[in-house]
Amino acid sequence: MAIPRRYAVRFVGLVVLLFFTAFFGVPIAWLFLASTKTDGQLLHSTPLAFGSLSTFAHTFHRIITYSGDSLLIWLKNSAIYSFGGTALAILAAIPAGYGLALTHFIGRRTLLSITLIVMIMPATALVLPLFLEMNKLGLYGTVWSLILPFGFFPFGVYLAYIYFSSTIPKDLLAAARIDGASEWGVFRYIALPLARPVVGLVGFFAFVASWNNFFLPFVMTYDNSQYPVQIGLQQLIGSTATFNPADYTAGASVEVLRRPDLAMGVLIAVAPVLIVFLFAQRTLVSGMLAGATKE
Amino acid sequence: MTVTPAPAVPSGLASARLGGRAGRTREQPPTGVSRTAGYWFVALYVGLLLLLGIAPAAYAIYLAFAAHTGGGFASAFHAAFTDYRFWPAFGHVLEFMALWLVSQSVLVVGLVLMLHSMAQRVGAVFRFLFYIPGALAGAASVIVWLFMLDPQASPFALILHWFGYAQFNNTIAPGNLPAIFAIMAFWTGAGGWIVVMYGALNNVPHELIEAAQIDGANPFQTAFRIKLPLIRKWVVYMLVLSFAGGTQLFVEPTVLAPAAQGIGITKYWSPNQLAWFVASEYNQYNEAAVISVVLLALGLVIAGFLVWRGRLFGAD
Repeated sequence: MAIPRRYAVRFVGLVVLLFFTAFFGVPIAWLFLASTKTDGQLLHSTPLAFGSLSTFAHTFHRIITYSGDSLLIWLKNSAIYSFGGTALAILAAIPAGYGLALTHFIGRRTLLSITLIVMIMPATALVLPLFLEMNKLGLYGTVWSLILPFGFFPFGVYLAYIYFSSTIPKDLLAAARIDGASEWGVFRYIALPLARPVVGLVGFFAFVASWNNFFLPFVMTYDNSQYPVQIGLQQLIGSTATFNPADYTAGASVEVLRRPDLAMGVLIAVAPVLIVFLFAQRTLVSGMLAGATKE
Repeated sequence: MTVTPAPAVPSGLASARLGGRAGRTREQPPTGVSRTAGYWFVALYVGLLLLLGIAPAAYAIYLAFAAHTGGGFASAFHAAFTDYRFWPAFGHVLEFMALWLVSQSVLVVGLVLMLHSMAQRVGAVFRFLFYIPGALAGAASVIVWLFMLDPQASPFALILHWFGYAQFNNTIAPGNLPAIFAIMAFWTGAGGWIVVMYGALNNVPHELIEAAQIDGANPFQTAFRIKLPLIRKWVVYMLVLSFAGGTQLFVEPTVLAPAAQGIGITKYWSPNQLAWFVASEYNQYNEAAVISVVLLALGLVIAGFLVWRGRLFGAD
């Protein structure tokens, strides 16, 4: 008996889709569930079973108070670096995008080309040169060694450039000029009020990029009190018995963590970005498509 | 490999604007428009660009060519290229990229074509689901995959046991690392590219696809003969950008290292790690600068190529 080919194709498609749904989705679901279980349950119960809320609360307390509230310190540092960098990125990118899109000056095209090149280049390519430079300038180990590089965000400039050149009619600006508005006045009272969506967009991307950045703070910070949460996570692995049996068996004075503690740590560390992803999904997607639509 | 947390910026293509209407003549502002106001608007950004983009790159180049303790003009280059750790580091990354780029291209294209043939709403749910891991880019995704690769706790334990891995140490054997990093990179990055390519496919005129269907094309023919050629340049774009990012591999081997003590993962598994290693452990800043400059040059060539090609794209 021959199965119609149509159904066979559909069946194969369904299997492929299920496989990738599991591949992308199960690790995240597992992460949430792991934080509700004890280490023993993690090993012996069904992988995707729910533990209990009391275990969740207990684990939460354990990881928050771990090593003198380290996690809270790291989160605070991450917040300082990311918000500082994001604020600077917005402050620099919005006027720059406007300038590139709607004003005229010699070198405008060159600046635009450089912006595109730097934007496409992986940001990590500049991390070690930045380290060498900050070292030379004596900024190594200060918050500026992170906030300044986070604030240098060519992608934000590009987004603002695309936004201003495609949404604000030049005639509108010309009219304001004829009415006697200064160049600054035109920007402040006409362009800026219309720019709210792109401010949000640049802010989201700059924030996510700064919060998730690992390489730069890895190089620029050297003390627990300076670490952002990305570097803190690496410290947590080092204290987790499963992944670091050497320290565990040596009976070192380090507090030993269990797998659920580490899972909870990851959840807390990514929570801000995860929330941005969940609630600003449409905005983020439209940003990624900024260059996709040619008008 | 987490290239950028904000993935897939299809920008090079839109740079066609650069060539613009005005052609190549020097910019003439319309009457009444200031010639100098523009400088004020870009001033802060240009300052940051000079301080944090141009200056570090220039300083790294300077250090790379500066005399290396007693040696000549290019002695730091010689030291780096003859370093026994240099070529293996690039070898590791090449192996990782071969696996990652091939699998990512095939799977992302396959998944996009599949999602695009589904009902809009259903496709949107899957797109969002595939995109979510992007939020965990960086150290978080590495830890998640440490769990997934631990045969004792992993929800994928069954699959790991099929491969004969009973212990965490079996899974993360040195020979498996390029594949493991490829899986991590695909997990965090694929969703962003799927979203972008789906968006590009939505720009394909509906009449074109309808016409193909009326002419009797089945869904496969529509997907491979009509849709695929139309997103080909996006695939190229993804490949080129991923290649540039992949050479920079750092987070994954660094975060994995403390979890893999004694397994044989060194602190200089990738070129960026090696650069940091020689700088931080031996204060060999010149050699570190050489490695950075090599990686920087790779990124620059690739980015320049895309921007240049972007103009060509604009012509069609």
